[in-house]
Amino acid sequence: MKTPYNTLLIICAAVSFSPLMQASESYRAVKDAIVIEECGACHMTFQPEMLPQRSWNAIMIDLENHFGEDASLSTQKNQYITAYLVANAADQQWSGSKLLRGLSKSTTPLRISELPYWIKEHREEVSNREWNNPKVGSKANCLACHQQADRGYYDDD
Amino acid sequence: MKYLNMKIHTHRTDRLIRPALLLITTFSILFSTSATANDYLDQLTREASESVSNFSGFNAERGKTILLAQFGTGKPDTPACTSCHDKNSALSGKTRAGKLIEPMAVSVNPQRFTDSEKIEKWFGRNCRSVIGRECTLIEKGDFLTYMTSL
Repeated sequence: MKTPYNTLLIICAAVSFSPLMQASESYRAVKDAIVIEECGACHMTFQPEMLPQRSWNAIMIDLENHFGEDASLSTQKNQYITAYLVANAADQQWSGSKLLRGLSKSTTPLRISELPYWIKEHREEVSNREWNNPKVGSKANCLACHQQADRGYYDDD
Repeated sequence: MKYLNMKIHTHRTDRLIRPALLLITTFSILFSTSATANDYLDQLTREASESVSNFSGFNAERGKTILLAQFGTGKPDTPACTSCHDKNSALSGKTRAGKLIEPMAVSVNPQRFTDSEKIEKWFGRNCRSVIGRECTLIEKGDFLTYMTSL
């Protein structure tokens, strides 16, 4: 039988568009003005794709105790933002999310930096000294190294 | 052609109303101002006059004391306003997550304190975080007076 080039080509095309090819670190940027205003005042507006629904819910019901500060919102804004985060969460992505790899369903991480995937990605690349550099300041400061993080691109490292 | 002969006819009232409208519009534009920090301070002053006995005005020095105080009565990570804001209000501050906070001195940042909803939101959150309670009317007035005095 002659090599079925057409079939092979179709398979390659299908694979390249499938979830199997999630090689790039590219996430949908947050465009909602209210979310940006309220969630981007103290830190970068993290992309909702980075945490599962249960994490966003846990964060949003306890904003008075938001990582050491009171970040409370009006009920109306809270509901609006929660709906946005939950609708765009990691476990709502049709193609699955590599960020959830290794995460037990019984764990509800409150930080993106607690995700097994995140830890693995940063473990070899960033030393403790670098985390403690005042220019970086915190693991929540993605923009310190990922200069286009607010646009959803993390491939630049 | 007939239409060139058309008489342009204005009623007597139009000749009164049109200039009046023009004057009103001009003055509205000239005197309309967008919100300033002083607008909110005026509002606080009115409220204080009504609700605080022996109110004799806000005080910038007391406001500065609030900015620099090490309260330590709120949340452990934010013992003072200066945990995030620079003690020099003309300079920018930095949140604990590393994000820049625009200066609070109105002379350096005229957009500061022009949105009353935003002012109230941040006083609420930050007073609770730093002091462990809501700030009083006097404290808010003193603080804002300091920020507009620089």
